[in-house]
Amino acid sequence: MQVTMTVNGDEVTRDVEPRMLLVHFIRDELGLTGTHWGCDTSNCGTCTLWVDGEAVKSCTVLAAMAGGRDVHTVEGVAQNGELDAVQQGFLEEHGLQCGFCTPGMIMTAKWLLERDPDPDEGTIREAISGNLCRCTGYENIVRAVRWAAEHPAGADEEVSA
Amino acid sequence: MTTTEVPTSAEGNPIGFGRMHRKEDARFLRGQGTYVDDVTLPGMLHGAILRSPFAHARIVNIDTSAAEAHPRVRAVITGETLEGLGLAWMPTLSQDTQSVLATDKVRFQGAEVAFVVADDRYAARDALELIDVDYEPLDAVVDAKKALDPDAPVIRDDLEGREDNKIYDWEAGDAEHCAEVFDQADVVVTQEMLYPRVHPAPMETCGSVASMDPVSGKLTIWTTTQAPHAHRTLYALVAGLPEHKIQVISPDIGGGFGNKVGIYPGYVCSIVGSIVTGKPVKWMEDRAENLMSTSFARDYHMTGSIAATKDGTIQGLKVDVLADHGAFNGVAQPTKFPAGFFHIFTGSYDYDAAHCNVRAVYTNKAPGGVAYACSFRVTEAVYLVERMVDCLADELGMDPAELRMKNLLRPEQFPYTTPTGWEYDSGDYPRALKEAMRLAGYDELRAEQAERRRAFEAGETNQLMGIGLSFFTEGVGAGPRKHMDILGLGMADGCELRIHPTGKAVIRLSVQSQGQGHETTFAQIVAQELGIPPEDIDVVHGDTDNTPFGLGTYGSRSTPVSGAAAAVVSRRVKDKSRIIAAAALECSPDDLEWEHGRWFVKGDPDNGKTIQEIAFASHGNLELPEGVEGHLDATAVYDPPELTYPFGAYICVTDVDAGTGEVKVRRFIAVDDCGPRINPMIVEGQIHGGLADGVGMALMEVIAFDPEGNNLGGSFMDYLLPTSMECPSWETGETVTPSPHHPLGVKGVGESATVGSPAAVVNAVLDALQIRSADMPLTPAVVWRAMQGSPLRNDLAIE
Repeated sequence: MQVTMTVNGDEVTRDVEPRMLLVHFIRDELGLTGTHWGCDTSNCGTCTLWVDGEAVKSCTVLAAMAGGRDVHTVEGVAQNGELDAVQQGFLEEHGLQCGFCTPGMIMTAKWLLERDPDPDEGTIREAISGNLCRCTGYENIVRAVRWAAEHPAGADEEVSA
Repeated sequence: MTTTEVPTSAEGNPIGFGRMHRKEDARFLRGQGTYVDDVTLPGMLHGAILRSPFAHARIVNIDTSAAEAHPRVRAVITGETLEGLGLAWMPTLSQDTQSVLATDKVRFQGAEVAFVVADDRYAARDALELIDVDYEPLDAVVDAKKALDPDAPVIRDDLEGREDNKIYDWEAGDAEHCAEVFDQADVVVTQEMLYPRVHPAPMETCGSVASMDPVSGKLTIWTTTQAPHAHRTLYALVAGLPEHKIQVISPDIGGGFGNKVGIYPGYVCSIVGSIVTGKPVKWMEDRAENLMSTSFARDYHMTGSIAATKDGTIQGLKVDVLADHGAFNGVAQPTKFPAGFFHIFTGSYDYDAAHCNVRAVYTNKAPGGVAYACSFRVTEAVYLVERMVDCLADELGMDPAELRMKNLLRPEQFPYTTPTGWEYDSGDYPRALKEAMRLAGYDELRAEQAERRRAFEAGETNQLMGIGLSFFTEGVGAGPRKHMDILGLGMADGCELRIHPTGKAVIRLSVQSQGQGHETTFAQIVAQELGIPPEDIDVVHGDTDNTPFGLGTYGSRSTPVSGAAAAVVSRRVKDKSRIIAAAALECSPDDLEWEHGRWFVKGDPDNGKTIQEIAFASHGNLELPEGVEGHLDATAVYDPPELTYPFGAYICVTDVDAGTGEVKVRRFIAVDDCGPRINPMIVEGQIHGGLADGVGMALMEVIAFDPEGNNLGGSFMDYLLPTSMECPSWETGETVTPSPHHPLGVKGVGESATVGSPAAVVNAVLDALQIRSADMPLTPAVVWRAMQGSPLRNDLAIE
């Protein structure tokens, strides 16, 4: 079947099997491999991306269900090569090690900050509780999100501050 | 040079040790890492593995005709196919064999039976459903304690002469002397405990992309490996492929934790698939396959006994272990030590005598054994001793901190040889424990706990409070070639450093990062030694065609071994730079003095050459002394003289709901001593991750089995990993005791917290409940049953 959606601002159309999962559509059909495949059961969150502004786990969404919708992945976060505030926060606070959970964490953190620009630690922990990380013990991820909340303009603000 | 003296580069980085952002983050943050599943080659096909639904069954027949008729299927490979190639069985890392695709029997649920190669991953999975396997189910050995019963089914009847399920009996220490000490002791406490089967479960599962070029005969394999060079050699030995025609590329790895040390049947199948089809073949396991078939960890049934005087002087420790190794002995550890480094179980204390016996058995479970950030079974050892010390404290009515402080090795006892033969390099244990107690506010916590218990007994609260301690000593940096090899391969690490004419550098490592930040840390080592800014140093790793030989990253060995190689190779370059600088300055090398990044003439500090100027001169027409070659390159192979011994003191504070059995970790204080810290930010991150592992294992993680051998932990809905909600905000501290024999004094830290933290959490929960024993994971159900005095066996879904 033919599926058309907008991904990171570009309209894409592909002919795929109706059963194709969104995560495989994004990775294999579009070559956007920043979105990862980690568990198949919506538990780990490495496949988190945005559909119409909502953070969703793309391993349990059919590509067809995203037809006509607006999808955003980690590849669309940095603008003109510059890291955004959340990405910069992860860099500053060492919020990543192997990097495998990182795209999903970033998409979830951005989703949180869109809704709550100044979340406290508990709110951050709850927001990322559907994204597993085996490397960081979460501490520095929480700090990374706080950094982003405190520096909404990202690295530019740090330089000017 | 101390970290405070390190100059800063133009980009704001320390030219040496110190906190700096990671170089690798630029790609990871943008989603531009290249993990194995991100590798796509022209014409690439996809493989999938058919797995056994039975724990133990004879294979009567396999009918692949329907799968082969599938229009998108290119090949179906069975054990019979592999037998024709001599590849149906492969050696494990422990001198055993493991079935690649089963020919005679399946020996665990999830065992590999057939491999399908198809045009895409969905078709490959579809075709698995079309393979008809006729199984004859056999009784399964699920309970390790029954594996040696006379009537137990023999799992490894493929091994000639095999009549039981015993793998080995191994001991260390002096049993006779230990018996004497125990006979004369005032107090002896004996406790059974289980370190259950758990799984490293890195976020990225295991997989490979194999591409055999039929023209050149070269095999290139992108694969999730922590040890690319060791894998290449094993492929050469097993498959008979010439080693120079094999390139193993370990690209970005999404976490390893030991899960990616061994060679899995899927890797071999992807290679065979590529040979058979003439196309590149990708195999990527799903999460259920990862949890059910790849290397598990622990599964040690331990009975410990500790002997002491009435006043709490520890005199002896002994332990009997029943080790469940699953269907094949697939553990990875130095040949001489079948139970890994478990005989470091005496931990951080002084003894008159100690003895351990480890008996390993086959069961109908997945193979593996040494994995999950364990430093070769030091995790089990530390858990044993730290639980036994708490049992003794309970018996004596002593505070566990006081008992530990009384018995910890003293600084003047180092180097210290343990009763089982380890030579600890350096340590100041009391200082670390005091620091942890200071950070925790130990006395205040005990006072708060007493008040909480009073309130509980008065019926004012359901919440009990527990304080748990753990003091660990690890032996890492395997290992000295006089003692250690894996399958005959010594455990040294090579390193190559090349300084380009403009003073930029490239260092090539034999170890492979799975998130530890080698691209940053190793640049900082070179920066520290040579004064070249870290941003000017490229770190190459994870590609056997482009790096020197070495055994890889596990057992916290990268910095202790490869880090030493990086220091040595840098010093060789520095020595040569001195000769070249002397030629340029027309003086004797002896007349030169080094300051960070520059040689200058003694007494004439303005008259000197920077390392960048020397690099250019080394490539130019400067006349060099006779016998000195141009350029500024060096190589080194580092054979560690001994292991390094990081240590630390951990304190955990838990709140336990006596009504529901729910445990909440309120605080965790971790004081680690891993010697000097090259990048304190990265070191702290390593510790954080390990602490989360400890909370996970203590409270949530277990791979259990039902009586038929069905794996009950085969998805993240069943195998629970700690999330941000279970982890507290970690409180870390440090002491610094350099290793006397490491060129940088560093000791390694990758596994310290995973090794040290589980006992602290368990001790805290048991302290809250005032009971002596309950086994991990301390789920609400387990805690509840322990409180009722009827503990569960956590490894089996039976009473």
